[in-house]
Amino acid sequence: MELRIDPSTVDRCRALARAIVSPVSDFIAAHSTVAVERSVLRLLGVDGVGADEIPVPNLILDGLSAQDRSRGVAVAFGRGLAETGLAPAALGAAIAAGTVRLADFADVPEAAARGVLAPFVAASLARIRERRAEREERLERLPQLPPPLLYVIVASGNIYEDRTAAVAAAEAGAQIIAVIRSTGQSLLDFVPFGPTTEGFGGTYATQENFRIMREALDEAGEREGRYIMLTNYASGLCMPEIATMAAIERLDMLLNDSMYGILFRDINMKRTFVDQHFSRMLNAYSGIIINTGEDNYLTTADAVEQAPAVLASQFINEAFAHRAGMPDRQIGLGDAYEISPDLEDGFLYQVAQAQLTRQIFPNAPLKYMPPTKHMTGDIFKGHLIDAMFNLTSVMTKQTIHLCGMLTEAIHTPFLGDRVLAIENAQYVMNTARHFGDEIQIKPDGIIERRAQGVLTGCDALLERVAEIGLMSAIEAALFADVKRPPDGGRGFDGVFERAPEYWNPFEDALQGATV
Amino acid sequence: MSRIRPYGDATDDGKVQLSFTLPVEWSEAADEAARQLVGKMGFTDVQVVEGRRIAKDFSFFVVYASTAQSIDFATIKAPSAKEHAMSMDEVDAYVQESLGRKIRIAGACIGTDAHTVGIDAILNMKGYKGDYGLERYHSFETFNLGSQIAVEDFVKFAKEHEVDALLASQVVTQKGSDVKNFTALAELLEAEGLRDRVVLICGGPRVTNLMASELGYDAGFGRGTLPSEVAAFVAVTLANRRVATH
Repeated sequence: MELRIDPSTVDRCRALARAIVSPVSDFIAAHSTVAVERSVLRLLGVDGVGADEIPVPNLILDGLSAQDRSRGVAVAFGRGLAETGLAPAALGAAIAAGTVRLADFADVPEAAARGVLAPFVAASLARIRERRAEREERLERLPQLPPPLLYVIVASGNIYEDRTAAVAAAEAGAQIIAVIRSTGQSLLDFVPFGPTTEGFGGTYATQENFRIMREALDEAGEREGRYIMLTNYASGLCMPEIATMAAIERLDMLLNDSMYGILFRDINMKRTFVDQHFSRMLNAYSGIIINTGEDNYLTTADAVEQAPAVLASQFINEAFAHRAGMPDRQIGLGDAYEISPDLEDGFLYQVAQAQLTRQIFPNAPLKYMPPTKHMTGDIFKGHLIDAMFNLTSVMTKQTIHLCGMLTEAIHTPFLGDRVLAIENAQYVMNTARHFGDEIQIKPDGIIERRAQGVLTGCDALLERVAEIGLMSAIEAALFADVKRPPDGGRGFDGVFERAPEYWNPFEDALQGATV
Repeated sequence: MSRIRPYGDATDDGKVQLSFTLPVEWSEAADEAARQLVGKMGFTDVQVVEGRRIAKDFSFFVVYASTAQSIDFATIKAPSAKEHAMSMDEVDAYVQESLGRKIRIAGACIGTDAHTVGIDAILNMKGYKGDYGLERYHSFETFNLGSQIAVEDFVKFAKEHEVDALLASQVVTQKGSDVKNFTALAELLEAEGLRDRVVLICGGPRVTNLMASELGYDAGFGRGTLPSEVAAFVAVTLANRRVATH
């Protein structure tokens, strides 16, 4: 099954996306954020909470002068390490307890700070490489089933209940488990600490919760003879910190989009651009596959009309990811099955879009999202729509397949719902395994014309964005009809210009690093 | 006939279908446990038509059974907020005639809820199921505040922009967060002395008009609601209030 699409249009879209991302990258290189600096501290081993449950990395950042902050937290923290002789975790605890103040070490020479940090930076990166090697070893020993990889979510709010649900889903055939975060976590400018048992519509992402789930899925993977992947969300105001914790706890995938937070969570665009870049550098190094969030364009507006915007966003996400050093095999571009079930030939449009994405991004582990917008309380019809989605996915060789729940829009999935969803996907994908290889798309038919139209529309959209610049384009509501000003939105006060002597030892090490 | 029972394939057979998961490894005893459990729920003629292991220590069942319970339909009260059916053009004309000005309406997903699908369906130009959203109406000035709006900010906005109607949406219902947020909004409006000056509406897939009135709202709109149904309710309510105060 192959669509005839114009390769020169595809090339032009890619070049436009690169041109769109280029000036934003210059902005990124000249700025940092509180979340990036907190990640530096976490990478060095700073963790835990102080008074009022405030995480130690936040306490340290909040205590820095604007001038020290603009140089990067590493220098000030390195001075403290050199002077006190403490290890990073102990120094963090001492600062949190109020017994040590970084401001007192301003006279320590910068060279001493850099020197004392070097072994901690090396050890941190070695630890991430170790976790990555562990994943590779396990994947070798416990191979996954062929794609589409069945992906389900758990979302009880209680990490221990999530663990039970995840293990049951893995046994039923799930290959990837995502722990949905508590609603609202994306707007927290800190990462909660410790195991959590209370959440709304999901479970807080904390490093301890990551560890608990990783351990359970490793055990389940050994039992099933298949490696079970773990996913969380590097989105919102703590993108790079979540990427850090995920690298350390060997998560395998992270939701991570270059524009999602701006458009759909009103997070400041400058904050998002800077944060996504450093988080993706970390993801690249730790071997984590990102999942981008194009499905959101389709759930918030008309799925037929938004198709060119989805493709444009995929090109932009790809360009940003390449800039951060990510290879195609780690760029899980998103798409979703969201066209109204009432539309005649809607299935044909879905196939057109999914196949178009597959052909344009042949090496990307595409992430295909299930119907949500048109799911109602009619679970019987919902199960049918999910089956059509499953068919589209296997026909067009999607890689990461988020199983649709018959109870979507009713409640966070029951344990039994998840199994029914997996069985639905298994049945359809097995019975139609090679269907896509056996059929030809009618030349100039509905599917092909639709795909060509989407590509043309994408080309025109990217051209407009390139003309006025990405930040102005977002301000002018060119994406998802959502309008965001460059200096508005959440988290803008956490963005700052880098001083000429700014130093982030991890950024230096990750730049040009190849694993 | 006002007394009714579920209808399978014959009047009054009382047939229902159930499905559920039990936290036990599947066995014939698990099937029997499911059967007895459904019997304890008060059902008769219980048939476990499907019972199987779905994971370690979990089994799934599909059960058919009969109920002897019935309900007197004549006694049921669930007032609908959708009785003032009008098209977009009719609403526009009605508002022009009865109020002579635009209605200012603000909508938001309150609290930490990030699911704007409902509020967008009602407010965005595009609308829902071919029924245009309120942004397209000549008779409405619409403010869609989007997701995760704190109740305090919503009330502040309502005050500053002198809105006539507030539309609060909640999709996430885990642990009663929807009811908490709806209640907080109603109470804050009351405390600010604004409650009687606005038409207060809640919406969401789990919302019913009955629940809304219990929470002190003027109306509640659940799944499948069309924008024109909300528009008509707001227009008629405001027009009636105007008549009442003149």
